[in-house]
Amino acid sequence: MFRLLQEWSKGAVHEVQEYVFLQGATVRGATSRPYYYRDIVGQFEEIGWGSLTVVLLTGFFTGAVLALQSGLTLDQFGARPFVGRLVSASMIKELGPVLTGLMLAGRVGSGIAAELGSMVVTDQINALRALGTDPVRKLVVPRVLAGFFMCPVLTIIANTVGMVGGWLIAVFQLGVSSGTYWHSVVDGLYHNDAWMGIIKPFCLGFVIVSIGCHVGLGARGGTQGVGRATTNAVVAASVAVIAVDFFLTRLLVTLLY
Amino acid sequence: MATATSRPMSSDAERPADQPVVALDRVSLAFDDKVVLRDVSFDLMPGHTKIILGASGSGKSTILKLILGFWKPDDGEIWVNGQRIDTMRESELMSIRAGIGMVFQEGALFDSLTVGENVGYKLFEESRMPYDDARSRVEEVLGFVGLHDYIEHMPSELSGGQRRRVAIARAMAAKPGLILYDEATTGLDPITAMTVDEEMIKLRDLEGVSSIIVTHQLRDAFFVATHEAVREGARHRIVPADETKSEEAEFIMLKDGLVAFEGSASELRASKEPYIRSFLS
Repeated sequence: MFRLLQEWSKGAVHEVQEYVFLQGATVRGATSRPYYYRDIVGQFEEIGWGSLTVVLLTGFFTGAVLALQSGLTLDQFGARPFVGRLVSASMIKELGPVLTGLMLAGRVGSGIAAELGSMVVTDQINALRALGTDPVRKLVVPRVLAGFFMCPVLTIIANTVGMVGGWLIAVFQLGVSSGTYWHSVVDGLYHNDAWMGIIKPFCLGFVIVSIGCHVGLGARGGTQGVGRATTNAVVAASVAVIAVDFFLTRLLVTLLY
Repeated sequence: MATATSRPMSSDAERPADQPVVALDRVSLAFDDKVVLRDVSFDLMPGHTKIILGASGSGKSTILKLILGFWKPDDGEIWVNGQRIDTMRESELMSIRAGIGMVFQEGALFDSLTVGENVGYKLFEESRMPYDDARSRVEEVLGFVGLHDYIEHMPSELSGGQRRRVAIARAMAAKPGLILYDEATTGLDPITAMTVDEEMIKLRDLEGVSSIIVTHQLRDAFFVATHEAVREGARHRIVPADETKSEEAEFIMLKDGLVAFEGSASELRASKEPYIRSFLS
């Protein structure tokens, strides 16, 4: 039993060490030449534009269901006109970043792990190195940059369509006027909420993509290994999104409020 | 073996003909308790071929990975083009790899790039060569391996033999002085394997490329060792090599990480060593 625990601890420490080394190499790659501009632009398109549909749908229905549920609760206190305040505060501070993060973990994290994992098991990563290319600069840096910068953009879009979804429910289901809803949305927001809503997705985007890259590049054992890496990437990135969100919220509440 | 970090032959252009392109000196490597290579030493001379034979798991491909600097030996020294590489960092190894072409076992072509982009990868991405010049070089090397018409095809549209030939074209595109072949003919039918063998011979004899061939296909190994390419005007022909030429190709047989044999094709055939006899039979 002790030996099993020892083995598991060694494995966990090794995994963390490899992850930290990869992030060190990524930071070096992102701050020094050469840059692979076409790959960077391609990844911004793949991660940003490619995730737009899923983020739009998720954001819209989350905002709508939030208005629907909170409308019923607020009715008990005669506070139905404040539904916009609840939707905006919930979406911007918490649900927008977390749900966008979870969607990206499922779509982008798994895709990256599968793609890089396949390249590892078919020797394409070694072929890159043999051709004089650093795989971290060519493959990891563009993805991490795209995740870091596109996650906030996608979160803002999710927040916006979420509030539109809430507005549709507020107007057509709850009978709240448009003016009241939007006035309530703005009233419910403070500068610090906006800061919290924008800082979180930068961190979540970095975590999701860097985990996908780390797990993908560590894939071993043929197609089975690629499948295992893909699953691990989604699970690890999803748990990381929730955990990082908690710790970031704790930190930002202390710093901003 | 010299202990300095650079042998007096570091430049390809100025390298004396009698200095090795690759030199391994008492190289050993083990993963945990498993010894992969033990005291392996050999030299590869410019324009020559070294053929590494051995059973699966005997450490053949490991030697190529060590020469490319993918792995570091536990002990011993590795010299490539006059520079000691086993002590180099990854960033320093990039310039060493610029002078080496590698043909991987299954080709390892990039799935998302066309044949032309695969072949010209190094020229397009890692050199300052103008696009038109790089494109003409890609067309030239694809013509050399007889796949000029496939330049816009995707790797998934090619047969196994065509993929290997594209891999050879990619390895030779940047005009390296050394090409490493890792089981380049394994899994191919005899006729397709023969075309790949002929490409290796052409590169060695017509382009002056030194090569290390890792294989367990004896027929291919002996064919490459005992044939040569001769130019006849704009064409070329593969003919049986004379004795001197055949002696230039050296065989190394690995057994459990140790060099069990080193010599020419004729010496290998004449060997009475039971393990070698059983391998050849």
